[in-house]
Amino acid sequence: MTWSENILHPANADASAGLLADYTPLDGLPDELLDADGQMRPVWRDLISHLARHSPEALEAQFARGASYLREAGVFYRQYGGTGQDERDWPLDPIPVLLSASEWSGIESALKQRADLLEAVLADLYGENRLTREGHLPARLIAANPEWLRPLVGVRPASGHHLHFIAFDIGRRRDGRWWVLGDRTQAPSGAGYALENRMASLHSFAGFYRSARVQRIAEFFKAFRDSLNALSGANRAGILTPGPMNDGYFEHAYIARYLGLPLLEGEDLTVSNGELMVRTISGLQPIGVLWRRMDANWADPQELEEASQIGTPGLVAALRNGQLSMVNSLGAGVLEARAFLAFLPRLSEILLGAPLAMPNVATWWCGSKAERDHVSQNAASLMIGPANAAHMTLEPDPRISLGGENRSAADQPLAEWLESSGADLVGQEVVRLSTTPVWADGRLQPRAMTLRVFLARTEDGWQAMPGGYARIAAGADPSAVSLRRGGSVADVWVASGQASVSEAVTESPPIRPYRPSAGLLPGRAADNLFWLGRYIERAEGTMRLLRAYHGRLDEMPDGTANVLTLLETIFAARDLGTGKGIPDALVEMLSAATGSAGRLRDRFSVDAWSALADLQNTVKKMRGVVQPGDDAALALGVLLRKIAGFTGLVHENMYRFSGWRFLTLGRSVERALATTRLLLDLAGPTTPEAYELCIEVADSVMTHRRRYSVHTSRASLVDLIALDPLNPRSVAFHAEEIREQISLLPGAAENRQLSPLARTALRLSTDLAVHTTDSLDPSALSVVADQITALSEQIEATYFHQI
Amino acid sequence: MLYDVRLIISHHYPHIAVGVRQMLRLMPAARPGHQRLIAAGLTITPPPAHRGDAIDFFGNAYSSVAFDAPLEDLLFKVSARVEVTGPASAIDLSAALEDLPRELSACRDLGPASPLHFIAPTPRTPEVAEIAAYALEVTRGAGNCAEAVFALGRALHRDMRFDPEATTVDTPAAEAFRARHGVCQDFTHIMIIALRSLGIPAGYVSGVLRTQPPPGQPRLEGADAMHAWVSAWCGAAAGWIDYDPTNAVQVDAEHIFIARGRDYADVAPIRGAVRTTGEQQSTHAVDVIAVDAATRF
Repeated sequence: MTWSENILHPANADASAGLLADYTPLDGLPDELLDADGQMRPVWRDLISHLARHSPEALEAQFARGASYLREAGVFYRQYGGTGQDERDWPLDPIPVLLSASEWSGIESALKQRADLLEAVLADLYGENRLTREGHLPARLIAANPEWLRPLVGVRPASGHHLHFIAFDIGRRRDGRWWVLGDRTQAPSGAGYALENRMASLHSFAGFYRSARVQRIAEFFKAFRDSLNALSGANRAGILTPGPMNDGYFEHAYIARYLGLPLLEGEDLTVSNGELMVRTISGLQPIGVLWRRMDANWADPQELEEASQIGTPGLVAALRNGQLSMVNSLGAGVLEARAFLAFLPRLSEILLGAPLAMPNVATWWCGSKAERDHVSQNAASLMIGPANAAHMTLEPDPRISLGGENRSAADQPLAEWLESSGADLVGQEVVRLSTTPVWADGRLQPRAMTLRVFLARTEDGWQAMPGGYARIAAGADPSAVSLRRGGSVADVWVASGQASVSEAVTESPPIRPYRPSAGLLPGRAADNLFWLGRYIERAEGTMRLLRAYHGRLDEMPDGTANVLTLLETIFAARDLGTGKGIPDALVEMLSAATGSAGRLRDRFSVDAWSALADLQNTVKKMRGVVQPGDDAALALGVLLRKIAGFTGLVHENMYRFSGWRFLTLGRSVERALATTRLLLDLAGPTTPEAYELCIEVADSVMTHRRRYSVHTSRASLVDLIALDPLNPRSVAFHAEEIREQISLLPGAAENRQLSPLARTALRLSTDLAVHTTDSLDPSALSVVADQITALSEQIEATYFHQI
Repeated sequence: MLYDVRLIISHHYPHIAVGVRQMLRLMPAARPGHQRLIAAGLTITPPPAHRGDAIDFFGNAYSSVAFDAPLEDLLFKVSARVEVTGPASAIDLSAALEDLPRELSACRDLGPASPLHFIAPTPRTPEVAEIAAYALEVTRGAGNCAEAVFALGRALHRDMRFDPEATTVDTPAAEAFRARHGVCQDFTHIMIIALRSLGIPAGYVSGVLRTQPPPGQPRLEGADAMHAWVSAWCGAAAGWIDYDPTNAVQVDAEHIFIARGRDYADVAPIRGAVRTTGEQQSTHAVDVIAVDAATRF
């Protein structure tokens, strides 16, 4: 018995009826919840009765938990608009789309067949070209496809297959059948969001979800990850991302973290002796598989799009060399062109010897006369647009004629357009899709919907992700199933056919992260971690200095004026204005930190990321509002606690491997340098009135009081914050920390000989260890500051900027 | 005609270049029936750590080279002896413009010489409305494809000023056209855009020119450096016709063919990656000497 067949309690039946009373599907279109007679489909019964048991207010409180999970997890998508880009909350509708087990198995097997068909077509397009030679596909259409990548023609995929991870957009039409609307073979997005959709569902339906036997989606990722690892052989697998500026970067980082695969950018990679290598802090390391989330044309500026700044020169040569598997192959995106929909039904007969198990939306290529005439005569009911574009039929496109409209009067008449540009155009049926309930204005309402179904090639063949991702139209208009037009997404629950109740209840949380794999830290990531450590520490030190200043501004006890003047000199040298409570330079420091962290998103916990985002938002709100003096001192106190929250989360939770060492090195280098400079600025023999301030800024007031009950002297000051190896604020402490971390990095010692960097670090640490409060005079402090600066440069040269 | 071709390209990186990796399309091609490559040598100083020779999609030979060590100077030297076999056929077999679409639709060939590759726009040869309007204007009255090619080439030569200082390798064709100036690369890209707008498949040929003209003829523009011209497909019967818009001549025995592609990017003499800071300095020298029959041996 599946959960869909559970018996409905009579008491709930009334409540369910109430919930459905004003749910009216659109005329003539199928609905996922109600059948043609207005009866609820059995698969929905339990969910609807669960909903009916609660008041709208109670439901919204539950749904808020899902929404708040997404916000806290930092799930967002990036939107490009007139004013640049901004990050928006992930628009998840809480009501999932429900599919019965039998419905799903039909979808699954039909799409596996289609996946095999697409693989066979690709093998031909990049192989012997029989399909064009025999006239089954117009050669002219292929030649004009910008994703048919000529440098890849004749290159056999090392894995034996072009396609490994694909998606299909499907929708249910008036006839009640599912239809394929588009094939996604390039680098389909959304699988990571599906995981997040499911997590949000767990929160929105806490309690209920476990009793509802829903097929888990985590198994799908596990199987795919295993197959990536199997493909990579002795080498490693990684994810190739276009970088943080890409609208899919959040998802790339999320999946990399979830699967424990390194997230690589084009500049992290290099081709050496025909083999693709990652530039890591341990030198070049080979990579065997790349799961590509970058459009193929940008992957190699040497052989593909020459203007690409995000690719890896020589990548195509490495593929040609047969040592690297690409998921999916470069050039697989050729099949996304909608013109293929015109030919795939026939190609299925030719290549598979069977008709398509799931039809695709009817399409006519206008390059041949009979089809062109058909399109011309039926233009009123068709969408006419570029043959080689990959947009879904329902997305807006200025080059499209919809029902004979849309094109401006200045354009050529339709018939003429078809005649002169026929080879570049297709006509396609305008489809109307089934509706599914969404939660709007405190009740259920029908909205048009498409499913995105992901398939991965595993060692046991194609496997489909059971549900997870549907796109929902913004309003009643079914022709606008697009996030960019204000639509939303929903989780998709596929009823489990076999699972028993007990299994469903006792199963541990469905999403189990994998252990992060260590040992492949790209130099770029190390660079960003190091600088993140430095920027955060710099911001913290700056906040302390500013707080010390603003805290004294309103009091003016004896001697304060001189101290304030001293501080103002320091601030002037560091471009920190005192006219505002929160100087712009501080905001910029935090922006730089967030910038570095943003390129490392796969390496941070969600909490750490949220803490950093919160810090930056707070400082932005404070800027311009906070007044100099006490107000600023209080505000800076808040910021200091928030920054401590972030560093605490990072240092408590971050995996103790090379990445963490670079972050720690950045912090120690910055703190050692800042403290040395503080001593130079404030601990001169002529400014005893600044000694207390110096101890305060170095956050060592308590320790000083405990250790030196006497009056503060230059000697006690220098001893505590420069030389004391047990004070975690002292220069010596951090010099030793730097020495230790460097000694644990790759290449620190070979054949029992210290590397040049390790020697520099040991020298600094030893110098501080043998200094006395007398010998560490201002000129000696200057030498130490120079040593630390040189050491920082040497870290960068050794690990970040290699060939 | 028999020629000795010498081509020297040097790069100087004042701040040292690392990760140098390049694809070279520098060698005159062997083209049965058109051009015979009798002797060919490519020397690279310093010698690359890795070198592989292969043929690209369009049938052009290329060498790919990679250097492990940092470089300050890099020198490519090509020496080749080439025989260019005579002028194109004098019989005009080219198709009428209105017949081209039908011929192209019937074409099922995706091989390297197929005209189908040379129809769609590319990043360096996008559709440009002004160029399309110009093409329509100056080819009015052309009876067939070849006549359209010649009319267009002559018009560009008349209306555009050859100016080696006016554009760079990355100046968009539309910009060069608006200013009506440029070098062979600009002339060629503009003419390709124009021909494609008329429905004539057109490609980009890189090559070199005979340095000193035959007695009594003017020296061709662009003979001091690598040159470029247009290859236009004039129907199945006529095939490809090569035309040099910079000099307004049909390509003949003075042009030595190196590579053909859809635009400059497909045939760039040196394409690759270098990690360096600051400027790089390059020089470029071409010498194409006609070998006197008497001194051949």
